[in-house]
Amino acid sequence: MTALTLNPSEISPVRRILGGALRSREIAVAVVLVLVIAATTVKNDHFLFGANGWRDLLLTPSILLLLAVGETAVVITRNVDLSVGSVVGLTAYLTGRIFIAHPGTPIFLVFLIGLAFGGVLGLVNGVLVAWGRVPALVITLGTLYIYRGVFLSWAGSNRVNASDMPDSFLNVGTKQILSIPLLTIVAVIVLAIVGYYLYSARGGRELYAIGSDPDAAQLYGLKVTRRILAAFVLSGAMAGLAGVMTAAYYGTVSSNAGLNLELQAVGAAVIGGVAIFGGSGTVWGAAIGAFLLVTINRALPVLGVQDFWQQFVVGVLIIGSIVLDRVLTVRRDRKIIEARDNA
Amino acid sequence: MTSATVTGSAPAARTYRSYSQPWWRRILLTREFAIIALLVVVFGWASANVANFNSPLTVYFLGLDNAEIMLIALPMALVIITGEIDLSVASVVGLSSVMVGILHQDAGLSIPLAGIIAILVGVVAGAFNGFLVAYVGLPSLAVTIGTMALFRGLAVGLLGTTAKTDFPDKWTNLAQQHIGTSRYPVIVIPILVLLVVFVWLLHFSSFGRGVFEIGLNDEAAHFSGVNVARTKLILFVLTAAVSAFAGIYITLRSGNARGDNATGDELKVIAAVLLGGVSIFGGRGALHGVVAGVLLIGVIQSAMRLQNETVNVINIVIGALLVLSVMSTSVLAWLSKQSARRAGLGTLRRRQAVASSSSTTER
Repeated sequence: MTALTLNPSEISPVRRILGGALRSREIAVAVVLVLVIAATTVKNDHFLFGANGWRDLLLTPSILLLLAVGETAVVITRNVDLSVGSVVGLTAYLTGRIFIAHPGTPIFLVFLIGLAFGGVLGLVNGVLVAWGRVPALVITLGTLYIYRGVFLSWAGSNRVNASDMPDSFLNVGTKQILSIPLLTIVAVIVLAIVGYYLYSARGGRELYAIGSDPDAAQLYGLKVTRRILAAFVLSGAMAGLAGVMTAAYYGTVSSNAGLNLELQAVGAAVIGGVAIFGGSGTVWGAAIGAFLLVTINRALPVLGVQDFWQQFVVGVLIIGSIVLDRVLTVRRDRKIIEARDNA
Repeated sequence: MTSATVTGSAPAARTYRSYSQPWWRRILLTREFAIIALLVVVFGWASANVANFNSPLTVYFLGLDNAEIMLIALPMALVIITGEIDLSVASVVGLSSVMVGILHQDAGLSIPLAGIIAILVGVVAGAFNGFLVAYVGLPSLAVTIGTMALFRGLAVGLLGTTAKTDFPDKWTNLAQQHIGTSRYPVIVIPILVLLVVFVWLLHFSSFGRGVFEIGLNDEAAHFSGVNVARTKLILFVLTAAVSAFAGIYITLRSGNARGDNATGDELKVIAAVLLGGVSIFGGRGALHGVVAGVLLIGVIQSAMRLQNETVNVINIVIGALLVLSVMSTSVLAWLSKQSARRAGLGTLRRRQAVASSSSTTER
């Protein structure tokens, strides 16, 4: 009865935790992030210690951070959501129109409306993907066009200007609590909730199970359709929240709001170690990836690289991180096989 | 079967019909034919109802404006049939456009020489994609999202916000000329040549059978003697080379070499290919459907533009068309499952239920 089929590891827990941390993708990306910040600050200390340096460092990545969180939940299930950029644009414009129509709308309510509206747009994606049994890549490519088309034909040649929105709302975009920007706090709280849910809740673990092997998940009796639906709703809701934050942060909503953000969101997730074929990766990694992407873009001009080269660096990062993943996987597999053969 | 009892005479040799459906059903009841029919209907409707659609200029601009989509869609169809995808094509277009501009104006090379070097750069770019996908074994979606940023970054980085605009009239005129006195622009000739090449490659060569086999089951393809990695590498190289050619065309047609040329075109190309009946899961598709898909999007665009609709409404229509066209496959599959159930084919039904549930969550 008491015989264990597997002996407990002989390595001390401290060393195991330490070793796991050293090998973890999140720590690796975070180290790169810290190095980038350090190098840039050495070059020009305004980057971190300037009047707005600290604030901008935390504030600018918060929108992409939310998108990366939602995108991660979808990618883990072996799907992808390409429509998030268009959802951001559409929700940002909706926010502006709400304030034009009803200037006195409470700010909290506007955030809730954005969240709900994005969720509905995500639900459309989810219904088409999960119930229509159609690949997510195609569906969300279609809704990318549709949502952006709706946004642009609704907006026409109008744009929402800062004067259309109340000051109290625009202040949310720059407000700081204990020197930490409010929008960053919101993004980090959302990140913590989603991260905890994916890490420990049953629904979260089932997302990983579905992404690892959809057939096995189905045969095991998991509610695959419902879980995928939920992941898309989450991604849409995150994009909706990001849309409201875009309106608050930039103060204007022009026709290119949220343009091409979807690929940055996928890129952030990939850099953060989320496997594009599902089943592995964490939102923490994706969040740090988003942080790294945005920070590198801001750091390049300071480091003397012309900002035309930003995209090039982003591409190098994405390719580098997936190649690195591959190399590490191959090495680990080889070790496991060796261990098996020696046993 | 364990106790073999031979009763009576040996069973008569079974005969099978060559096809379970008559030839007209096999031709008419396909997705490709549905798209062609839709194209004919839309074209007929637009000719009758949209003012000025019937003029020769419409066909001319249809060819001129959709040439790069049509060019890239041909190799892209093959890539998607193998179950891979290439999102970096529009960035290769931009890179090649910048290369032509720099080589011609800064290095003083002639346009044909600059064009050949630009295509070679495209080949290198495609080989990079293909190597990572086929030999390193990385997912093409992730790789080409990365190289999309990489190649675009290279193009924008090389030229910054400036543009090269000084090209010899001889070449910029050629890109806009008509063929003789017909209504077709000159670019139709390379399109037709490439179309013939790719139709032969996909539908009439053993290479093409390999492409389909890889899309259906790449392990089975490997064991039946298809060189999976080499085939994929060749396809990525071909895609990038054709994209580079499209980049030269765009540069000469607009007389403008810029780093951000053709931004976002990768999604247009993929939308056209999928609309043309190529399955995103791989293993299924035909080039006549792809051509019809590209033309359908082009005709809808020009008809709606003549109706004074904005580009936004056109995008909504194209997006909806894409969603509907893939949904229709699922709806048809669901309907045939229902009729099979009514026919009482219990085992078949169960098998189909498993088969359809297994495709739920794949891309």
